[in-house]
Amino acid sequence: MQSVIRIILQRLALGLLTLFVVSIVIFTAVNMLPGDFAEAILGQGATPEAVASIRRDLGLDQPPITRYFQWLGGALQGDLGNSFAQANFASFAGADTGVSTTVAQQIAPRFENTMFLAAVTAFIAVPVSLTLGILAALFRNSVFDRATNVTTLTSISSPEFFLAYVLILFLAVLNPVLPSLSNIFDGMSFGERLEKTLLPALTLTLVVTAHMMRMTRAAIINLLASPYIEMARLKGMSPMRVIVKHALPNALAPIINVIALNLAYLITGVVVVEVVFVYPGIGQLFVDSVKIRDIPVVQACCLIFAAAYILLNLLADILSILSNPRLRHPK
Amino acid sequence: MSTLLTLALLLVGIAASGWVLRFAGQKATGNAPTFRDMPFAVAFGYVLGACLLLFSVWYFFQPTVTEAGVPNAGVVFFRWAVQFFIIATIAAYLFRVLGRSVGTAWSKKLFRQMPLTASFGVLVVILYAFTAIFAGWLAPHGQEEIFTRVNVLPGGNAATGGDPLHPLGTDQIGRDLLSRLIYGAQNTVGIAFVTACLAFFLGGSLGFLAATLQGWLDQVLSRAVDVLMAIPSLIFALLLMTIASAWAGSERWLLTVYMIIIIAVIDSTRVFRLARAVGLNIVVMDYIEAAKLRGEGLSYLIFKEILPNATAPLLAEFGLRFCFVFLTIASLSFLGVGIQPPLADWGTMVRDSAQFINFAAFSPLTAALPLLAAGAIALLTVGVNFVVDWMLHRSSGLKE
Amino acid sequence: MSRLVEIRDLWIEGRSDETWSPIINGVSLSLDQGEVLGLIGESGAGKSTLGLAAMGFTRDGVRISKGAVEFDGIDLISASAAKKRELLGKRIAYVAQSAAASFNPAHKLIDQHTEGPVQHGVMSRAESVEDAIELYRRLRLPNPEEIGFRYPHQVSGGQLQRAMTAMAMSCRPDLIIFDEPTTALDVTTQIEVLASIRDIVDQFNTAAIYITHDLAVVAQMADKIKVLLKGDEVEEADTRTMLSQPKEDYTKSLWAVRAFERPQKPAVHTSATPVVSVQNVSAAYGKIPVLHDVSFDIHEGRTVAVVGESGSGKSTTARCITGLLPPTQGVIQFDGQSLPASYKQRNKDQLRQAQMIYQMADTALNPRKTIGEIIGRPVQFYMGLTGKQKRRRVEELLEEIELPAAEYLNRLPSELSGGQKQRIGIARALAAEPKFIICDEVTSALDQLVAEGILKLLARLQDDLKLSYMFITHDLATVKAIADEVVVMKEGEVVEQGPKREMFIPPHHPYTDLLLSSVPEMDPDWLTNLLDERGVDNIGDAAVDKMS
Repeated sequence: MQSVIRIILQRLALGLLTLFVVSIVIFTAVNMLPGDFAEAILGQGATPEAVASIRRDLGLDQPPITRYFQWLGGALQGDLGNSFAQANFASFAGADTGVSTTVAQQIAPRFENTMFLAAVTAFIAVPVSLTLGILAALFRNSVFDRATNVTTLTSISSPEFFLAYVLILFLAVLNPVLPSLSNIFDGMSFGERLEKTLLPALTLTLVVTAHMMRMTRAAIINLLASPYIEMARLKGMSPMRVIVKHALPNALAPIINVIALNLAYLITGVVVVEVVFVYPGIGQLFVDSVKIRDIPVVQACCLIFAAAYILLNLLADILSILSNPRLRHPK
Repeated sequence: MSTLLTLALLLVGIAASGWVLRFAGQKATGNAPTFRDMPFAVAFGYVLGACLLLFSVWYFFQPTVTEAGVPNAGVVFFRWAVQFFIIATIAAYLFRVLGRSVGTAWSKKLFRQMPLTASFGVLVVILYAFTAIFAGWLAPHGQEEIFTRVNVLPGGNAATGGDPLHPLGTDQIGRDLLSRLIYGAQNTVGIAFVTACLAFFLGGSLGFLAATLQGWLDQVLSRAVDVLMAIPSLIFALLLMTIASAWAGSERWLLTVYMIIIIAVIDSTRVFRLARAVGLNIVVMDYIEAAKLRGEGLSYLIFKEILPNATAPLLAEFGLRFCFVFLTIASLSFLGVGIQPPLADWGTMVRDSAQFINFAAFSPLTAALPLLAAGAIALLTVGVNFVVDWMLHRSSGLKE
Repeated sequence: MSRLVEIRDLWIEGRSDETWSPIINGVSLSLDQGEVLGLIGESGAGKSTLGLAAMGFTRDGVRISKGAVEFDGIDLISASAAKKRELLGKRIAYVAQSAAASFNPAHKLIDQHTEGPVQHGVMSRAESVEDAIELYRRLRLPNPEEIGFRYPHQVSGGQLQRAMTAMAMSCRPDLIIFDEPTTALDVTTQIEVLASIRDIVDQFNTAAIYITHDLAVVAQMADKIKVLLKGDEVEEADTRTMLSQPKEDYTKSLWAVRAFERPQKPAVHTSATPVVSVQNVSAAYGKIPVLHDVSFDIHEGRTVAVVGESGSGKSTTARCITGLLPPTQGVIQFDGQSLPASYKQRNKDQLRQAQMIYQMADTALNPRKTIGEIIGRPVQFYMGLTGKQKRRRVEELLEEIELPAAEYLNRLPSELSGGQKQRIGIARALAAEPKFIICDEVTSALDQLVAEGILKLLARLQDDLKLSYMFITHDLATVKAIADEVVVMKEGEVVEQGPKREMFIPPHHPYTDLLLSSVPEMDPDWLTNLLDERGVDNIGDAAVDKMS
């Protein structure tokens, strides 16, 4: 048991280290921007005094290393800095307009929305794709297997927005079952929220299911070829028992891996889908900020995406270590 | 609620007919092994499949226009899809027949082993390559040419707001959409191809170097790649594109060049991983040891011993990488930070014409416009993936 | 005795690339209750397929096209899946080649053992657990009360193989199929498993089909032997008749392999400089030491066989000599000159003089290069020959290894048989015109007849070209056939060394003794005699443990 704990601690440390290095990469990348944010904010005709004052306000006159640790220290306490765009807007408006200007305030509700979308997607996609994947593996080379192979391959190959528009066409325009725009706001009931989220979630499901199903199928086929499965059949065990008792306990690690990898994949998919459905999530905020070069927001979103990605991979790693009998019961 | 109930009843009905099918089969064939050992799930599957097929045939033959004179858009789209599917199948079949009878002994053998999906993929790739190379001749107008009539509807029928000069209509500033679609092949595919090649060259050479030399170089490169891969690629690409757009300023072509470099670098990390893994598998082979003990130099080892054995997995990977790069670029363009106007590009076309989809109920042809551009992207990646899938299947089959 | 298994005119096909090709062609066999049939043949003879077919089972991509398989009067080919499941495990059991892969890693041994009896309704779980412990005891597994409650990866290979035999016995079946149960084991472990299997099959009067490629093993186990060749039956007879008077030429040639032995060369003059001298070499992988103070000499025109079980450090010694693994201590001398420790520091001539032939010819030849390129490269690299001269030299070399040059020059390795690939490996080594060749288990992946051909070729080349060989092997029959001197290794140390003649005459080091006595011989009474002589507790791992 001790060795397992040690391995897990090692992985955790490695994950944190990766996250740290990633934060450096993101910060450095952003600081490679030419010119000055202050000029960018105030525009061409700004007076040198105004620029200098903004620079001081934003801390841009500090050396990069100081700024990095300030940024990191703030990020760890949930303070991700001020949004340029909002700050700009606020300064034009003169006084305090009540608009949230910190990045954290902007991100928090959107983060919640994105998590909701991801959760709904996972809730549909995971059971469906595992079932389909196992079925395809059991009946491999059958008509069913070939049909799902072609379908999933097509679905993987299509850009997310293609699937999104096809779904909009059939489920929103031709048969108005679901809304094609996901305008979510505070104080919505769970049911309403679910209804608005369903179409983007279905789009993501299509993409993720295809990946997950193919990976599950490959993992299970790999497993079914192992000698101990043949042995179980030669012991006269029923097909059901062979699957449940002999295949599934060993399939746990690969399946956990498949799920975690695809949830990580969701993170990328979420960006495009949120834009298509105008879903007020973190992906849309990210794209909007990229377009107006709102650096603190871009930086923060990037860090959040990367952290989620790293955490999911770490989780997959740790869970598959825990499900390995060789590690759980060392010699 | 009633829809759910109908669905549930339907499922129960199918399950019952599955059971009946198996039972009848057992009785009719005198308990032949096919029916005797048939799991219930398989019988259920057969009946479900038959039901779906029947429904599709019925739906296909529904009238395209309702009695009120409004187009029945669902049926129209369904017919298009089915017709496309049938034509694609026939084309793939004919192409395979052609490939089996024309060409060298090697290519004939290749086509003989090819499944229909793969031959479809090859056909699609050839068609796209042809369109991309000869876009200048194929397109009726230039990609930046602006006509006086703006927002012409597709169809080419003057009575419905079309124009025979512009079969697919024009966009809001009067550019011919058919021409832009054809030029899109050149721009989108061409840029993706260049990017994939660059990513491959970068990742492949570093990967093999790491596998062959191992030691500290391998450690440094592998850790660096680990870090770069810890940031989701589309997110990383968007971040870097922000910076690139600031660097490029008003020089839009420069932004495209930056995009190629950025995506190539991000994607080369995946190639690096694969090339390194493939390389490591080959490096442990005894023939490499024999060559090392003979005193061969590094370049001989890489080019004469390792590379020839890595071509098959690398070729398959190139297909996958190309698809990935192509989709990333399309996504970036769709989000508005990819290939820049005035270059015609499919991702941008989808974004610009997305709102037409809401006209589906009145004019299916107009609504098809964004789907056409998005479908053009999907079709190529589907084709490439079909070919790659077959290649991977073949190389894994050889090992068994 | 009544008839248990009856296979009549059985034809089996396997699918490759959408076409069906034959695996078994019209083989018949019958087995009475309590009888043991040995199925013997080279790789690709269809032994395993036939063994599984006797259970009414075919693997994916394999089908029975014709014939009948009956078990105790039940037609297994037309029987329903449910009916067959009732028989499998309960009345017919299977012991696989690799126990480590055939036990489910997720469950304890005892749970896998009791699964059969409980599911088939033979015993309750408690009864079955008790029975398992009893079986473990009879199979002489250490800690029989406790060993079942471990996971497969916590138990050693030889013990797992016995646990699997116990599992096969769990329902007291009428028939057990043993599919090469000892092939993956070391000789000293193999003997224990053999003795246990034979005992338990005797005790319960179980019928068995024992599949193997090793004649000496089958001679100990079987009442009668059937020889298969490429899916055809060659002949069948009871064990003693088969061993003493084989009828068919193929069987005779199989038997003759074991008789090949080179006369030993006279001892070398003590003052002669050895070609290769390994002096006090120690080596380690990272921090783990693997070789301790290894020393031996190899003289011109002689063969030194380095013998030992897996993990004894044989191949590591070879890696030290070639310079792939620089030793931590000691030196390697070549013709009296010390060689640089790493191959990277050795010059072209030093590299040329010592060549290597590998165990797996498949991985030793670049699959993308033609035979001409593979052999031509060292010719060009070391001798500087190009064009016509190079081609002529390659043709000479192909002649040397008895392959017609015109036919093979442009082939790829995949178009060659295993034995031919190994010959190409030899030609590549010869192309460097070396003095010294390391042969690393060169015959262990080959069938016996082919292996004999390779050994004879190496012997002839040694005489013609005055080559020195270091011959790494775990097979003492090979040692007997080709060695002049023998070095016995165990756990990274040299246990004993000397001329072959002395090694095969006692007295010697107890480990050498154990190793030698564990190699099965063709005599059907060998195992019985050995057990009588030494007692069941003085063979195999138990004996090794006592030594240390």
